[in-house]
Amino acid sequence: MKSLIALVAGAITLASSFSAMSADEINIYSYRQPFLIDPVVKKFSDDTGIKINVVFAKKGLAERLQREGKYTKADIVLTTDISRLMELQDKGLVQAVDSKVINDNVPAHLRDEQGQWFALTTRVRNIYTSKERLGNIAISYEDLADAKYQGKICTRSGKHPYTVALISSMIAHHGYEGAKTWLNGFKNNLARKPQGNDRGQIKAIKQGQCDIALGNSYYFGKMVSDVKQKPAADAVHIVFPNQNNRGAHINVSGMALTKYSHNKASAIKLMEYLTGALAQKIYAEVNMEYPVNVAVKPSPLVASWGEFKADTLAMSAIALHRKAALRLLDEVKFDL
Amino acid sequence: MYIRLNKKWPALSWLFSLLIFLPILAIVWQSFGDDQDVFGHLWRTVLPDYLINTLLVVSGVAVLSLCIGVPIAWFVAMCQFPGRAFFVWAMLLPLAMPSYVVAFVYTDLLEYAGPVQGWLRQAFGWRSAQDYWFFDVRTVSGAIVMLTLVLYPYVYLLARTAFLEQSPSLVQSARMLGSTPWQSFKRISLPLARPAIAVAVSLVAMETLADFAVVHYFAVPTLTTAVYDTWLGYGSLAAAARLSALMLAALFVLISLERLGRSKQRHYQRGSGQEKIQRYALRGIKAWSITLFCTVIFALAFAWPFITLVQMAVEYFEQSWNPQFIQYSINSLTLATIVAFVCIAIALLLTFFKRLAQSGYAAMPAKLASTGYALPGTVLAIGVLIPLSLFDHGINGIFEYFEQQGPGLILSGTLFAIVAGYVVRFAAIAIGSVDASLNKISPSIDMATLTMGVSPLKMFFKVHLPLVRKGCFVAALLVFIESMKELPAALLLRPFNYETLATYVYQFVSDEQLEHGALAAIVIVLVGLIPLIFLNRSLEK
Repeated sequence: MKSLIALVAGAITLASSFSAMSADEINIYSYRQPFLIDPVVKKFSDDTGIKINVVFAKKGLAERLQREGKYTKADIVLTTDISRLMELQDKGLVQAVDSKVINDNVPAHLRDEQGQWFALTTRVRNIYTSKERLGNIAISYEDLADAKYQGKICTRSGKHPYTVALISSMIAHHGYEGAKTWLNGFKNNLARKPQGNDRGQIKAIKQGQCDIALGNSYYFGKMVSDVKQKPAADAVHIVFPNQNNRGAHINVSGMALTKYSHNKASAIKLMEYLTGALAQKIYAEVNMEYPVNVAVKPSPLVASWGEFKADTLAMSAIALHRKAALRLLDEVKFDL
Repeated sequence: MYIRLNKKWPALSWLFSLLIFLPILAIVWQSFGDDQDVFGHLWRTVLPDYLINTLLVVSGVAVLSLCIGVPIAWFVAMCQFPGRAFFVWAMLLPLAMPSYVVAFVYTDLLEYAGPVQGWLRQAFGWRSAQDYWFFDVRTVSGAIVMLTLVLYPYVYLLARTAFLEQSPSLVQSARMLGSTPWQSFKRISLPLARPAIAVAVSLVAMETLADFAVVHYFAVPTLTTAVYDTWLGYGSLAAAARLSALMLAALFVLISLERLGRSKQRHYQRGSGQEKIQRYALRGIKAWSITLFCTVIFALAFAWPFITLVQMAVEYFEQSWNPQFIQYSINSLTLATIVAFVCIAIALLLTFFKRLAQSGYAAMPAKLASTGYALPGTVLAIGVLIPLSLFDHGINGIFEYFEQQGPGLILSGTLFAIVAGYVVRFAAIAIGSVDASLNKISPSIDMATLTMGVSPLKMFFKVHLPLVRKGCFVAALLVFIESMKELPAALLLRPFNYETLATYVYQFVSDEQLEHGALAAIVIVLVGLIPLIFLNRSLEK
């Protein structure tokens, strides 16, 4: 028994020596793929000498943060979607940041009033149309349910956060029943059951499987810059929906400071940096996203798609209707 | 017969099995929470469809794996045909191939936008999908085929081991008594191998049940989809836990039914290892058709996906190459090795307890410790996190009580968490495999040993351990290979900056850009191949 106790004690000392972190490190829980944030993070480390550690996972990081409670080592959470940011806020896992730098860089409608979360980039949920068969037409999300497009539309799974967010916005604009009628019509127009990713839908247009597809803006930008995927991208027009009324649906990627951050000062420094011109430029150039910082222009390619009108619906409204959107998807059996 | 074990053995058995069961218990406990009618809503809408899909996929993969695994195992073990020496180990190789790679490669190849259909359209002048019929990969049957391609080796491996361990004299006697090769297979070899095959099929079923990557990729919503939807979408861990508990219960029923089916049977073998197997020397069309069958399976399950990976790696070498590969490989290797050792130690502990104590409840620890395999990885990870973080909070609480600086997250934030997650998940493989081996040893050996006044502990080390060595080895390697490929648990439980080959590949797969992770995927396969070669050598001896 004595040896057991000694063993446990030894293990604890060993583990705690591992877990001791120097003050100049920031730990990030990231829902975004590391290769997307690496360039920005690396630049920050080079400039400041502050080391950054990352855990990336697509699922469960909020849950982990919650379980770890006040002993967590995470300082910042990065997300790809507004709902995740709101989830962190609702669970009380994050804290407010009051930084003049950030507030100056991020427009008010793209951050939480109290500073519990901030958007870093925005992305549009675009509609893509076949150059050959449809041309560059004005189209709205509502049109996706129009019977004239029966058998002509491709999309990824309805359960994907990007689709869920779009449906939430439809609920916000048309009410639950209105959105349900729309989603049923949309489903009836599908050329195939929802599958694949956003790029896959554009490829399907190129191959003639459908004429209309839904997809985020930056995927299109990346396809244009990839030699092998360019032919598919060249076969479609990128359309900004609902330009005649409320504007295109946008979503954000964002960040939040954890409630129990042990290195708050440095963490806020990084958050400020991420909204600053340098980091925002990398986001714009490398990831083809729209920077939130108005002083930073989108990449030339993204800019070439033209100015557009964005839906001014509050980000929090999208998150608010998320569960209703999920129920709706189940009720119309969108993915089945 | 009743053998008095010393007290520590049963105590340790119960302790470890309960520790392993703790995460599952945490999930079950969660399932009693308020689920805000999410479960009811699902039941009224999509759950029936998901259930049907799940049943179809699980039973489909189980049956198809049997149809591929058992015949090949028997041909390779008992027959002589062209290329046998190659197929003996080649048929194992798909084990090293992560299922998401196979799924990715084949959807890319066969979907509408893929090269096969594109070529067909060009060749025949078809313009749209309406002009011709082509099977849709992203269906239930597609998912069944993909999962079978990576999972049949379980059946092949365990069945072949069982066939090889059968005393050839039994089959020889049957043949002398006038039965045909087919009859001797059906009436002697197959029933004798049934326990091992049953273990293999239940492993396949559990792995299928826990799969998310392939069914998600194939747009076939199953119970696992529902688990993730409820948890991540609706934010209800309670409903997710309830679904997981249901899945476990269903699996328990299935496995118990199979056990019941052979509860009256007892087989013990006395293979001395000296008898040489006389293989049926097949000729002509019979022999070549077996060769063809093996070639097709090998090409589909391994050669083609591997070639595709190599092609991708060459094409995208610049984006693919990462100087930290070596570090990732070392991480993967160390992790897999530790997990394999721990799993085998636990398997030996529990199965030996079950054997010697011989009472009904003594089988419980082994059963308890085997349940984790069927849980979807991320859910299991949360299950692991619950007790570990409770422990961490407790420890830190004590330190704080004495106004000391606590050690922080010593279990939940470190490698310990990943190892724990893997052990909970893969203990079933080790237990199943070791148990099957141990069961083949006749109890008369135990009796003889004990009559000679040897203590049970000494008997374990001197008699049983050498006899189940092969089974242990098989089990260790299976756990090793699975650990190399395992993803969700590592992803969620890992410490900062800790990257394994699998987690590294995943960031690209999750963006459907396997091309950029192809090189790392190749390393996973290659590292998995090394133990497979060892495994095969030990089996052939």
